[in-house]
Parts: sequence; structure tokens; C-alpha cells
Amino acid sequence: MPVITSSKSQPSYDVVIVGSGAGGGQMAYTLTLAGLKCVMLEAGRDYDPVRETPMFQRPDQAPLRGVATPDKNFGFFDSTVDGGWQVPGEPYTQASEKKEEQFHWWRPRMLGGRTNHWGRISLRNGPYDFKPRSRDGLGFDWPFTYAEVDPYYTRAEMLVGVYGTNSGMENTPDSPAGVLLPPPKGRIAELVAQKYGKKLGIPFMPIHRAVLTRPLDWQTLPAKLHPNNPFAQRIVQDAMRARAACFWATDCGRGCSIGANYQSTTVHLPPALATGNLDIIANAHAREVLLNSEGKATGVLYVDKTTGKEMRVSGRVVVLAASSGETVRILLNSQGGKGIANSSGLVGKYIMDTVGTSVGGQIPMLENCPPHNEDGAGGGHFYSPWWLYQEQAAGRMDFPRGYHIELGGSRHMPSGGNPVPDDFIQGAYGTKLKEEARRYYGSFVGYSCRGDMIPNENSFCELDPEVKDKWGIPVLRWHWKWSQHELNQVAHARKTFTELIESMGGTVRKPKSNDPLEYIEPGGKVIHEVGGAIMGEDAKRSVCNRWNQTWDVKNLFICDGAPFASNADKNPTLTIMALAWRAGDYLIEEARRGNL
Amino acid sequence: MTESDRPRLSRRDVFKWFAATAAAMATSEAELFAAGPLAPAGTSSSVSATGYGTDPDLTRQYNPGDVWPLTLDASQTALLAALCDVILPADSFGPAASTLGIPGFIDEWISAPYPVQQGDRPLVLEGIVWMEAESQKRFQKSFAKLDDTGQGAICDDICNPASARPEFKQAARFFLKVRSLSMGAYFSTPAGWQAIGYVGNTPSATFDGPPLEVLQRLGVEQTVL
Ligand SMILES: Cc1cc2nc3c(=O)[nH]c(=O)nc-3n(C[C@H](O)[C@H](O)[C@H](O)COP(=O)(O)OP(=O)(O)OC[C@H]3O[C@@H](n4cnc5c(N)ncnc54)[C@H](O)[C@@H]3O)c2cc1C
Ligand code: SF4
Repeated sequence: MPVITSSKSQPSYDVVIVGSGAGGGQMAYTLTLAGLKCVMLEAGRDYDPVRETPMFQRPDQAPLRGVATPDKNFGFFDSTVDGGWQVPGEPYTQASEKKEEQFHWWRPRMLGGRTNHWGRISLRNGPYDFKPRSRDGLGFDWPFTYAEVDPYYTRAEMLVGVYGTNSGMENTPDSPAGVLLPPPKGRIAELVAQKYGKKLGIPFMPIHRAVLTRPLDWQTLPAKLHPNNPFAQRIVQDAMRARAACFWATDCGRGCSIGANYQSTTVHLPPALATGNLDIIANAHAREVLLNSEGKATGVLYVDKTTGKEMRVSGRVVVLAASSGETVRILLNSQGGKGIANSSGLVGKYIMDTVGTSVGGQIPMLENCPPHNEDGAGGGHFYSPWWLYQEQAAGRMDFPRGYHIELGGSRHMPSGGNPVPDDFIQGAYGTKLKEEARRYYGSFVGYSCRGDMIPNENSFCELDPEVKDKWGIPVLRWHWKWSQHELNQVAHARKTFTELIESMGGTVRKPKSNDPLEYIEPGGKVIHEVGGAIMGEDAKRSVCNRWNQTWDVKNLFICDGAPFASNADKNPTLTIMALAWRAGDYLIEEARRGNL
Repeated sequence: MTESDRPRLSRRDVFKWFAATAAAMATSEAELFAAGPLAPAGTSSSVSATGYGTDPDLTRQYNPGDVWPLTLDASQTALLAALCDVILPADSFGPAASTLGIPGFIDEWISAPYPVQQGDRPLVLEGIVWMEAESQKRFQKSFAKLDDTGQGAICDDICNPASARPEFKQAARFFLKVRSLSMGAYFSTPAGWQAIGYVGNTPSATFDGPPLEVLQRLGVEQTVL
């Protein structure tokens, strides 16, 4: 990819974009296709999925059979570069020593960010999810309704390519006919869960994931996405043709060298670069947004990691999309640490993650299943949307918000770890051991709760007064607390999953504790960090307005998860893209009118 | 094997291991299990290499010893190979573990500069010493040279921590560790895939889902058409 060095950058750009993940990628795409000159700063190194993705590499070709280590937290072949739960030289701190009050922060350092290895689950928020406070009096409403975002969800789905079905279920929006790609067939454990789930009222069905189950319709989509813009249509057409359909093998978490799933580096950045309107500076760690005396943003101060020198880049507009936490950090560090866009005092407040807990089980009827290929689309094929809105509305539940269920369990490639827990095979060795391995392989299932977290006063981040990273930039200190809403939710999930496993005649893999605080995933562990610069109707009670634009600095936009006013059970990334696209259109219009 | 053949494991560590075994006879099972891993091995057997870092080349092929130096000498490797082959022998499911590089993998594992692997290192190194001593004691022969019956006799005593006699509890932990590592390594090779019944990692024009035979066996229908 034509990525430039600091010294080659132009004196000034229309827009400076910080971060190259889902938010930054979408912004660069939208703006450059409309003709704006952009520069993108990315703290990580350049990354080329075509050349670097280990598609068919086997665990026995990797060190330690590819199992996870402190260097590669999700296994050797996971696409994450220079990151994980810790980034060398870039610490973060915790305000509390208590385990349950800590936040775990996943960061990559690479072009495309987390989109290179994310799970590709792409769900729309529903109408309730944008107006949660109006429904149950908790958290915050967003400053718009679902109907306003709906067209942007459709555009994002058309560009990215998302498989799934329309369910017609409450608060689980359908896409317009013909937008979703065909869902892949159910795997055996998914079909079994569907059958038994039905008896308990749990509606397992095809999930939505950003994977091309057939080639994109490059002949008609570009005109739908960019009416009246032949330049954009031509470029997007080429970009769509360059992406192959999924070939039903390999793990999407490694990335996809054929462009069959969404990653910023294969979907957003190639067309943006093809416009000739984008410069990308890799190894450029943004430190501060620069302001002039009128309080308008003039550019970004960054560290060129290749030289260690501080550099500046100028633009008429600045967009932050460095992931919620990093965006907050940049805002707080700006103006020499005085902070910007923070007249509300809310920068860093209301950090949310997705509520998670998992229950595993072993299902005897899945033992000794005849071998067959279940690689499929490199991730889950089924899920269950939240199905108990009516029960909650009737006041029959002790928690206000829903969760969806993601399910695991298949005959996937053995990953290098022992495929059968020791307690199942007792003292077996020799041929007997191989028989046991063959018997149990594919009989283990797992169900994960992915729930709505309500923003609270105790979950936030701020600058650590003492600790700095290796370039001397103050780091974030995290505060975290679950409320009873989330704890009751995971308790319900645990009970539900136990019933489901037992209804199949299976046994639950007994977790150690019965305390929800112990079995809820710790803060940050689901890696859906959002909030920290929430949007709202009122400048005193929010950081951004309805257009992802900061109230205080008119030409500063935030296009990652930081402006989220709530965190629905739906995974956040499709919403990040839809809102970035929407904000981009607004930005273009405002720039044209000379308002920025 | 003499003590001097094993320079990376100090005499003191081995002694501790046997002492723990002896003490076990006087200790209740629960207490022994609660005791957790043995005392850390002496400095002579710790690892000082660095790992592969946070940005390794993911597309090249790696072999044990490529990234950090290995630990085991020829006689230790021979014993481990023999043990791995008792655990995963050549049979109708597939080849013997030693032909799939499993001993080399275990060596790579215990030599790795990461906490989990370093935690396993003393148990494996000390277990190898114990196995050899036990074999010499019972049969006056190296474990690697024993016939199936001899190897089986020792393994039967240590293959199950839950039912192993107190004096074999520690050895059973070693056996379990080697079995678990071997299984992970074995079933992640093409031959191991065949043995366990994994089919995949090849591109295909369509994904057809489970075959009819499988659907019928489980009493379900394909709901995605
Ligand atoms: C394992 C995993 C699975 C996931 N699965 C899903 C899923 O199935 N569905 C879903 O919706 N979401 C999922 N997510 C979350 C998803 O990855 C994020 O929501 C999404 O990537 C957010 O996009 P972003 O642009 O805000 O941030 P990122 O994708 O993280 O990109 C931010 C970029 O900014 C760069 N950056 C950071 N600081 C600076 C700085 N100071 N200067 C310059 N650049 C900087 C980073 O290096 C990074 O490249 C998953 C995440 C992980 C880790
Ligand atoms: S499963 Fe399909 S989309 Fe995922 S990495 Fe493989 S080819 Fe790409």
C-alpha cells in the first residue's frame, strides 16, 4: 500500500484522520470519494493482508503449535501486530487493586487496527437501543432515532458485505430485501442447539457477519452507494471486484488475504487510496489535537515512531478514530494536558463494554460423529437475538436490558492445545486414548452472553497523574464497576445456558464460582470498549452532538465508539461504520457551506 | 545415564522431587494436590532466551529450536520419545507420536521463555529423571529400552492422578502433563487431523453443511436452505 513517511506529507490537508480501523477507515472512504484531501495517522506499522496473512498455515508450522503466549495473546496466527492486552512501552494503569474494578484494554498497533482480526459479527442496533432511557429510565438516549441511522446501516452492509437473514424480531431490525448475503448452512452443533433452544423459547438463527458468501454485486451496488458520483462508482466497482468470495476454509481471526471478509485494510482503505486523495502516515502516534486562538482545530501533533521526533500535520478538520480509549487520551492530553472538547467535564466518562459470560458443556449425542468439514465461514453461523423484550416490558425480569447468545462448538481445526480435557479421558493412553479423542472431539459446546451494559458513574478513564509512556505522553488510568443490572443479567444467562445444555442431555463444565462478580467477564474483556465522549442533545451533558461533532470544537469529529451513548447487546462495529459514514456526509456538506 | 549427563538439572532438584514423593506417602491426597507445582528448579535449569516478539513473520515455517535454544540431550529425548509413543503409538488411527515431532515440540515447550511453559519445565525435567530412575530400579534398564510390558507396567502406575498410589502422585502429574502436551501437538498435524476426524483447511466452492447421515444421526434438519 502506498503509505508515506512524515517527510513526504503535504503542508496542509482538508481533513486529518487519526486511526485506521472501522471508524477511521470509513471516514477516509467517505471523504476521499467525495474529493476531500485527507491524511491518516496510524500509530501502528503498515500492514498488508495479501502478503502477511497466514491463510493455510498449520499449528505444527508455528512455534509452540501456535498456542497463545504473552507475545501473541490470541495465538500465533492471530493477525494482531504489536499489541494485545499490553503494548510494550505503552502502559495503562488501574485506579483500584480489586480485580473486579479493573479494565482490560486490548490494543493493536497496525494499519487497520482491530478490524484485521475482529469476529466480523455485524448487528444493527434496534429502535429501542437508541432510546433506552425513554424505555426504562436508565442510561442515556441518543440524540436521534433508529430511522435516521437505518439508511447508513444499509449502506455499510452493502459496501462491506454481510451475510444473515431477516428475522422480523422485536428490536432486531431487518435489512431491505436483497441487502444481506445468503447465510451459510448450519453446522451440526448449531442445528442441535437450534432444535433444543426452540423448546426453551430461544430462537437460534443465522447470525450476521461481514463475510462474502458470494461475490459482491459490483455492477449495481456502486451506483446505489454513490448516486451522482461516477468517480466514486468507478473506484468502488474496482474495489468490489478485487474481493473474492469466501472459500469456506481458514479462520477469519487471522485476517483474509482474498478480501472475503471485512477489514479496513481490504475494504475501506484500498478504494480510499485509489482516489489519490489519501496519504497514510504509519508509525505516527497522535499526541494532541492542535487548536488556534479561536478554539478551532488546526491539526495534530504526533510522534513519528521511526525517529522519535514530534511532528505536526495541518488540516481544516480533524477526525479522531483511534479507538475510544485512545481518542479520550488524545482529547485529555491536548493543549499540554489541559484537555479540549471537555466543557461538560464528561471526556473519559461512561466507558462501556459488552456484558459477557460463558458456559461450556459436553453433549454425549455429539460424540463419535462421522467426520465432515465444518470450517464454514471462519466464525459463527448462528446466534440468538434477545428474545424476552415482552417479559421485561411486563416487569417479570430482574434486569432491564437484553443479551444475545453467541454459540461455539464445532469440528474446527484443533488449535494446538489438548482437544479433550483430562477429566474425560482419565487414565487412558495408547490406542484407547486416540479412540477417546475421536469420540469426544466435536462434542464440546459453549454459549456466550453478549449483553447491554448501562453506562454508570464508576466506569471511566482519566489521565494518570504520574505514569507516562515511552514517549513521555501521560497514559490512561481506568476505573470500573459493574452494576446489579449486569450481574443479574449474567446470572440469567448462566441459568439459561445450563438449562439448554441439560435439555440436550449434556453436562455443564462446572465453573469455579457461583458469584456473578466472578463469572462475569472482567471489564474490557469482550473488547467492545465504547463511550468516553458520549453524544447527546445538550452540550452540558454530552461531548458530541448528533453528528459525532464535538460541541466545543466545531471542526473536530469523533468517529470511533467514543460517542456511543449506550452499548446495546449488538456488537458495536457496524454502528461505528454507519455513524462514521453519516458524520462524513454531514462533514462534507458543512465544509461545502463553509461552516467548518 | 549418570548424573553428569544431565547438566541442566541440579542434583538438589532431583532430590527434592524424590523427597516430595516420599513425603507424599505420609500426606493425604488432598494436601498433596493442593501443594501445586514442585519447588522451582534451580537456576541451572531456568530459561533466559527471548520470545518471538509481538510481530513475528506468520507465514514462514518454524521448527523447534528456531526461535529459542532447546534443552534436552539425546538420552532425555530418547526417554521422552519412548513415553510419547506409549501415549500415542502407531496404530490404525495414525503414526507414532515420535514420528510427528512430538518430543521436539515438548523440548521447545519447556525451553520457551514464557511463564506457562517455564511453569511446566521443572515437572517435565524432573519427571524424566524419575522415569529413568524408576525404570532402572524395576528393570535395570533404560525406559527407552524397555519392551511394551515394562513400559506399560510403569505407565499403568502413573497414568491416572486420581487413582495413583501416593508414592506415584507426582509422577502421575508428570504423565498427565506429557500426555496433554502430546495430544495438543499430535492432533494439530495432518496425520493427527485424520486420527481425530478433523476435515478441512482446504478451499471449496461451496459449504454444504453436515451430510445427511450426520443430520439423521442427530435427528435434526438443515434449516438454512
Ligand atoms: C478479538 C476481537 C473480536 C471482535 N469481534 C467483534 C465482532 O464480532 N463484532 C464487532 O462489532 N466488534 C468486534 N470487535 C470490536 C471491533 O474490533 C472494534 O469495535 C472496532 O475495530 C473499532 O473500530 P475503531 O476504528 O474504533 O478502532 P480500531 O479498529 O481499534 O482502530 C483504531 C486504530 O487507531 C490506532 N491508534 C490508536 N491510538 C492512536 C494514536 N494515538 N495515534 C494514531 N493512531 C492511533 C490504532 O493503532 C488502531 O489501528 C472485536 C474486537 C476484538 C479484539
Ligand atoms: S473463512 Fe472465508 S472470509 Fe474467513 S478468512 Fe477464510 S476465506 Fe476469508
